[in-house]
Amino acid sequence: MSNKTSRRNFLKAGVAAGAGLVATRAGAEGDPKITSVQKWAQELGDGVDHLPYGAPSRFEADTVRRNVPWLTADPISAINFTPIHQLDGIITPNGVCFERHHGGVARYDPADHRLMINGLVDQELIFTMADLMRFPRENHVYFLECSANTGMEWRGPQMDGVQYTHGMIHNVMYTGIPLRLLLKEAGVKTSGKWLLAEGADSSGLTRSIPMEKALDDCLVAFKMNGEALRPENGYPLRLVVPGWEGVSWIKWLRRLEVGDKPWHQREETSKYTDLMADGTSRRFTWEMDAKSVITSPSPQMPITHGPGQTVITGLAWSGHGTIPQVDITLDGGINWHKARMDGPSLDKSLHRFYYDFVWDGKPLLLQSRAHDSTGYIQPTKDALRDLRGASSTYHNNGIQTWAVNAEGITDNVEIS
Amino acid sequence: MLRFLRAFLIAGLIASPSMAGKFNLGRAALPTEVAAWNIDVRPDGQGLPAGSGSVIQGEALFAEQCADCHGDFGEAVGRWPALAGGNDTLADERPVKTIGSYWPYLSTAWDYINRAMPYGDAQSLSADEVYQLVAYILYLNDEVDEDFVLSQENFADFTMPNAGSFRLDDRDQAEYPAFGLVACMTDCKASVQVIKRAIKDSSTTAASQ
Ligand code: HEC
Repeated sequence: MSNKTSRRNFLKAGVAAGAGLVATRAGAEGDPKITSVQKWAQELGDGVDHLPYGAPSRFEADTVRRNVPWLTADPISAINFTPIHQLDGIITPNGVCFERHHGGVARYDPADHRLMINGLVDQELIFTMADLMRFPRENHVYFLECSANTGMEWRGPQMDGVQYTHGMIHNVMYTGIPLRLLLKEAGVKTSGKWLLAEGADSSGLTRSIPMEKALDDCLVAFKMNGEALRPENGYPLRLVVPGWEGVSWIKWLRRLEVGDKPWHQREETSKYTDLMADGTSRRFTWEMDAKSVITSPSPQMPITHGPGQTVITGLAWSGHGTIPQVDITLDGGINWHKARMDGPSLDKSLHRFYYDFVWDGKPLLLQSRAHDSTGYIQPTKDALRDLRGASSTYHNNGIQTWAVNAEGITDNVEIS
Repeated sequence: MLRFLRAFLIAGLIASPSMAGKFNLGRAALPTEVAAWNIDVRPDGQGLPAGSGSVIQGEALFAEQCADCHGDFGEAVGRWPALAGGNDTLADERPVKTIGSYWPYLSTAWDYINRAMPYGDAQSLSADEVYQLVAYILYLNDEVDEDFVLSQENFADFTMPNAGSFRLDDRDQAEYPAFGLVACMTDCKASVQVIKRAIKDSSTTAASQ
């Protein structure tokens, strides 16, 4: 049998079984995938030199970052979204980590990169990448969430997939230098209470960071998931500010200035401040509060197998610590069940949860609710709107609802 | 913040001896190097270079270098950002946040235009040109008259209309106590109804936001 006909049979069987993975109920003649010798079981495959770097299977070509063109004026100062609906575990593969740039991706030779420390220090310093490689390093897994994640949902359900409602997030292992070691090298003066971090790209992005945070757990990172940072994630050097909104994690990090006051730069005044219903605003809302979402089923991941054994899975995280518990409801919040937490539970990292159950084929109203290690419980969107109104753009960590109908089709909804 | 401080002190105590001292890596930065990169400007005027610029000069420069995206009067072309208007809209259902209606400090406009605009040709403006553009944007926001001249000397006197309405993050008092209660697990409500539904294909089709 040629590969072409066998693929056609696969498709036909897939449609009969309701798409997705093929059900293996075979006719009397048996499953041809088993009873006939397949091409890949007979012919030789690619050699080791075929793809020196490697790439996902061509059958996974759909697992990609996606942009929402109408959100921004052009794709250069824009954002795309991690395909969290198709991922599992807690680590985000480097090639699908969401991107947010204010002036496009700066691409340059790391030999041309310099890191300057200036301001209220005993000695203003310049480091090359080669200098930085000689400092002691640490490895940590942290989530990075844009504080605008879920920002399109403030006025009601809008986006038709979890990639778009919750995909401004990724979770990788960083290798980097504790920021406090670099600051110590320059010698911070006692009047030095704030740090300005600046990027080398054409937006020259800047953020003020209090010295307590800088000396606590920040890293100056050069690797993600073991390999060099990707250009779109700040190659060759970026700041890691665990638990804090993504905009502080300056990419293409070229300068750290020590000062006695914050700078009130554009990305901490015009943007990344939270407008309340009464017209006043919160500023310096750095920490990302506890949040969770079911990634499957979700609008891009309908239930295609019909009633019976079913996996619900999702992600939970908190900028304040770990996630000891996630609750799941199937009936829109009348009754809740503890989800099964699985995989490592790391500080300020994504956590994976599952809920395995037998679906009776009736419509579902799915929600997840995260509890973090400080005792904070993820609020409903209405509870947030009661306190803030619907114009704050940032920090929407409210509970997400998915409505699954009898066919398994899943919609983004809000419920009473 | 106290929490961070405590964590740092503990980390400091248990750090290995090799982490305690300096590593003697890197080299001293030269004053010319620091001057080239240290371009940030603070609300108190620290970092502002000498110079000045008038509304009239700014109008011509803005028309030439900025209006294609931001509009002749800062009203925005298409989805590019607006730089003027929106006064008294912050408590409305659809607030319009611009330099005039929202920004707490004028220094932010000087700093940002100097470091990042015009989009695609960053750091190409002289100090006088940035003063001209900031003066013109103030004029577009009805903050100054057309004969106004902005300079290093009169800069710090300027107070933006919305400066007083920002406060520090108060979630730890305003929200966390309400969100740390016991979570209900059974019979939490009598009934549930779907009240709103997202539009299909909203990721590819422009929707109202
Ligand atoms: C090619 C289009 C384009 C041109 C020309 C341009 N800008 Fe911009 N401007 C942008 C974009 C895009 C942004 C937002 C960038 C981002 O997302 O970070 C912006 C942002 C701004 C902002 C901040 C707006 C806010 O509300 O946060 C100011 C101020 C500004 N521009 C001033 C200027 C000035 C002054 C000029 C002329 C010297 C200029 N721009 C030329 C596209 C342009």
